[in-house]
Order: sequence, then C-alpha cells, then structure tokens
Amino acid sequence: MRILLFGNPNAGKSVVFNRLTGVATLSANYPGTTVEFIRGRMRIGDSFAEVIDVPGAYSLAPASKAEEVAAAFLEQMGEDDIIVNVVDATNLERALGLTLQLARSRKKMLVALNFWDEVKATGIRIDVEKLSRMLGVPCVPLVAITGDGIKRLVAQIPCAAVSPIEFADEQRWAVIGRIIGEVQQVSHRHRTLGDRIRTATSQPFSGVLVALCVLCLTFVTVRVVGEGIITHLSHPLFSGLWMPLMEKLSFLLGGRGLLHDILIGRLIDGQIDAAQSFGLLTTGLYIEIEVILPYVFAFYLALSLLEDSGYLPRLAVLADVVMHRLGMHGMGIIPMLLGLGCNVPGILATRMMESKRERFIAIALLGVAMPCMSQTAMIVGLAGRHGVWALASIFGTLSAVWLAAGLLLNRLLPGESPELLTDIPPYRLPYLPALARKLGMRMVWFLREAVPWVLLGVGVVNAMYATGVIDILSRIASPVLTRLFGLPGEAAGGLVVGFLRKDVAVGMLAPLRLSLPQTVVACVVLTLYFPCVGSFVIIWKELGFRDMAKVVGLMMLSAAGVGGFLNAAFRMLGAK
Amino acid sequence: MSAPVPLTRLLLGEEAVVAEVLGGYGCVRRLEALGIRPGVRIRVVNRFSFGGPVTVCVGRTEIALGRGMAKRVLVQREP
Repeated sequence: MRILLFGNPNAGKSVVFNRLTGVATLSANYPGTTVEFIRGRMRIGDSFAEVIDVPGAYSLAPASKAEEVAAAFLEQMGEDDIIVNVVDATNLERALGLTLQLARSRKKMLVALNFWDEVKATGIRIDVEKLSRMLGVPCVPLVAITGDGIKRLVAQIPCAAVSPIEFADEQRWAVIGRIIGEVQQVSHRHRTLGDRIRTATSQPFSGVLVALCVLCLTFVTVRVVGEGIITHLSHPLFSGLWMPLMEKLSFLLGGRGLLHDILIGRLIDGQIDAAQSFGLLTTGLYIEIEVILPYVFAFYLALSLLEDSGYLPRLAVLADVVMHRLGMHGMGIIPMLLGLGCNVPGILATRMMESKRERFIAIALLGVAMPCMSQTAMIVGLAGRHGVWALASIFGTLSAVWLAAGLLLNRLLPGESPELLTDIPPYRLPYLPALARKLGMRMVWFLREAVPWVLLGVGVVNAMYATGVIDILSRIASPVLTRLFGLPGEAAGGLVVGFLRKDVAVGMLAPLRLSLPQTVVACVVLTLYFPCVGSFVIIWKELGFRDMAKVVGLMMLSAAGVGGFLNAAFRMLGAK
Repeated sequence: MSAPVPLTRLLLGEEAVVAEVLGGYGCVRRLEALGIRPGVRIRVVNRFSFGGPVTVCVGRTEIALGRGMAKRVLVQREP
C-alpha cells in the first residue's frame, strides 16, 4: 500500500509528510518549496506503508512542472493506494478545485483539513461532517505543524473511501459553490493586527521601507548572533580547550616534519597561529568551526524566520520590478537569498522556476556574484581590517556585477522574462520546534557539505608549500596576477584552493599582508573567477555540460574584466 | 454596462468582476486555479509603478500578478 499526499502549494504537505514518516523535509511558508517528490515509510498497525510527498498542484490539468509530476503520480496509482488530500482549510473554496479532480479519479482518498487553528481564529466555521458526507470521503481537521490531529488522520487511513461524486467538467466551480454554501460560514471580523502588518509590508512605498528595515535587521542579527557565538562559545572552546592540546601535540611531534606540517602546520615565530599555520587540525578546524559556523548558523536562523513568517513572497512582489529586468520574476529573489547562505541550496531552489532561460540566468547570477556566507565571513574578517570602505567597495562591486550580468543576459538571451503569478500566503507566527528542527537540518547539511572540502583545501595548501609547488605556481602566475590585478604571485595559491573552498582561499590571503586595493581586488576576483567544487558539480548536474561551461566562461570573463578594471581604477585614484 | 477593461486600469482599492481572461490554455488554467476566473469579484490591493505587479484580493486570498499577466485579465467595473 502507498499513501500519496496531494494538495495545493503551501497547503502543508511536507509538514504532514514529516509528521507521518519522521523523514526530515524542508518546509517554508511560500509556495513551491517541494519541487521533486520525496518518499518515506510509516507504520500502520503491523505493516509499513510507503508515503509520497507529491509536489503541490492547483489542478491536475498541468500548467507547471510540479503539476505534471502530480498528474503523473495519480495516473500510475495502484488499486490499494490511498490519496491523502492535504487542504488549506482557510481557503477551502480554492482547495476543493483539486479535491474534486482527485475525487473523480475513483481512488480511495481522505481529506486532511490543515491550518485548523487558523480556521477557528479567523471566524470561519466548517461543518466537517457535512463536508465528509457531501464528498463521500472522511475529512479530518488538523494542525500539521504542531502535530495536533495527526493521530486522528492516521486512524482514519483504513476508512479511506472512493468518492461517489459525479459532475461535468464545466460544472466544477458550480459544484464547489454549492458545497461551500452548505458547509462553510464566514463571520465578519474586524481588521486584525495581522491585516495591518499585511498592508504595511506590501504597499509600494511603505513596503520598500519595511524591506530595507528587514534587510538591515537581518544583517544586524547575523552579525550580533554570529559574533556572540564566537565570543562566548566557539572562541573560548577553540583557544581555551583545543589549542593547548594542539600545542602539546606539536611538541610531541618535535615542532616540525611532514606529519607535523600536515596536522599542525608551520609554526609562526615558534608558535601555532590558528589562522595562518594551515594544519588540518589547526587552521582547518579554526576556519570552519570558530569563524564560519557561527555566522552560517546566524544566517540560517534569520533566513528560517523570514521563510516561516511568510515575508519572502511579499519581498518577491516588491522585487518583481527589478527581477523582471534581469530575466526572472520576483520569486527569483528566493534562490538568491538562499545562495547567500551557500550557493548549492540556492542553485537547487531554482528548480521552482518554469523556463530554462530563467533558470540559466538565475544560476549564472548565483555563480558569478553571490558570495556564500562562508566566504562573506572570511572577507569581512580579512578586509574589515582596512575599514568600512574596503567592505563597501567589495560588496558594492559584487552587487553591480550581479545587476549588470542580469541585465546583459536578459538582453542577449532570446525569449522573455516570465510573468509573476503567485499566491501570497498569510503571515504566520513561526512555530519554534519546527524552526529549530529546520535549523538543525541545515547545519548538519552544511557541515557534511563543507568540512570534507575544507580539510582537503587545507591539505592541498600544505602540500603546495611542502613540495614547493607554490613557488613554481607563483612564478608562472605572477606576470598575469601582477600586471592585471596588481596582486603578488603568491595569491596564485589562493586561486587554486578557491576551487575547493573559497573560505580557505580567502584565509590564505591573510599572511600576504595585502594593501587595501589589493585586498579589494583579491576578494572580488576570488568571488567571481570560478565556482567552488560543490557549486561546480551542482551547476553541471542541473544545467548540463554546455550551459555549465557558459556559466563558468562568464565567471572567468567577469573576473578578468572587473578585477582588471578595479586595479586600474585604484591606480588612477592613486590609492595604496 | 460599460465595456470590460484590463485589470491594470483599476485604481487602488477598486472592486470589479472578472469578465474574461485572454491568453492560452495554460495561462487561463493557471489563473483559474488561483481563483481568477470569469464571474469572480476581485479588489486591487496594490499597484506597483515602473511596470511592476498588481496584487488583488480574491475571496480570502491575495494573488500577485505581473503586469503582462494582469493586462490579460479583463474586468467589468461596478455600474
């Protein structure tokens, strides 16, 4: 037996799925979080049933990729498979459009009326028994996110029934109108605080102001939380507990030798320097655990709050004017924001886009000019020493490149920007246990994705120094690096390691004692020149070889052009 | 009764009834699925300048439509 979860986008299928199977799924308060289906298993009595989280669909007459997937799933359902139709009960009329189509498929089904708490709070009364009678299938009210009502849903699964309902296609909306008239009563309500917030955050003028405040608040949160964790947790742990152990180990190993260089790195003035020694157990762990992890955590905390509150679709509507000129529509802002955490989930999130052109542009922009949080944290650390101006020039340049590349691609590629068409979900108070779970999932994912590459990156740095390859590379690269970018030849090592991990690459620049212009140019070039291996693989997988090559070509071109331009500009200004 | 006008002509806060959706099968279906179909009453909640989107209230939900999409929705103003 299989259980298939069908429902409109943002009806909460993934949350129900997670409740039924215990399989961790990413969910957020905007339509289209699940683009591909997910499988899991649940126990019913003594046996197991396979549960499938089908991507959200408004209709079975496919108008999007997600709906095609949904229609295909319905097609290949077997005799004893069961549909669980997850319905946003605050929006019953619209949801019944899909429910009736499912009912006509003559499969066993039941209906889960989700967001039941909101239904009660907003003054909607739904007669569940009457609805069950009219549809001819069991209906179960529940609040998926808190788990309230899930047990009742599970208990009703054996009672799933084939709906006897019959109607002609043109009469679908009339039938729905009749059902709604019979089962639903809406009492008039006053404007709530939520309504006021809703208005203020989506109107053109006040909306932009609110958006700016939200962005500022996000930055402040990331900084304060990130720094707080470093000062109070990761730094004391690392310097207080871990480093003394490393000093002992260094002493035991005799202070030098191959093993010492690999594990501890080179001693600087006879001591281990966490940032510059470049040993696996010193700098490798230092960069990832002490410096980056706190910021990544802070970033995903802020992002998850924004996601679950329902603010992002509103931001998307505000951003539509700009995004439309870059070849996407407003919702394209969501993959971009995810990309600021790590490019890989950002690139994966572009799957919610409909056209190939739009996806190509989005992925190209993510690759070219979106620094991930790991890199951002290291850039702030490195360039912050030169003051706010250095940081402003780096991130200002990256924003300009992002905008210019988008405008250019939209001009050059044949086709048009797609039109925005989206449902704007109501604001919801994030449910903290769910938020914490999501944050945990993202951290585990990040560590699994990042740590191997960081260690490999540090290993490569070590090997380059130990074998003298770094000198050869510097000599080969220095004419280009010096003439074009004004950088010392040693920066070549950073460009090599940047392919593995860009944060380690920025870390490698620290011992070079670069001037302000050099730091700016180096940070910009490191962001632009090539994707890190994690993103590289995903871009290849998602776009295929040819388009991946185009993206990489664009990155290399813009790195050479923009880096050269910056260097020339600094020279003309006479900056040192 | 006056002739139907594109949704983009409505002012902020104005209410109207959808008369017709111009466009291909896919476009009509997508709008219909979100509740925008002939006979339905809608209200303009937001209009963005510089060719930005229009947000409308349909029943209990808010839908955002790009300018190009909104032009294809013809509405009948209240008499």
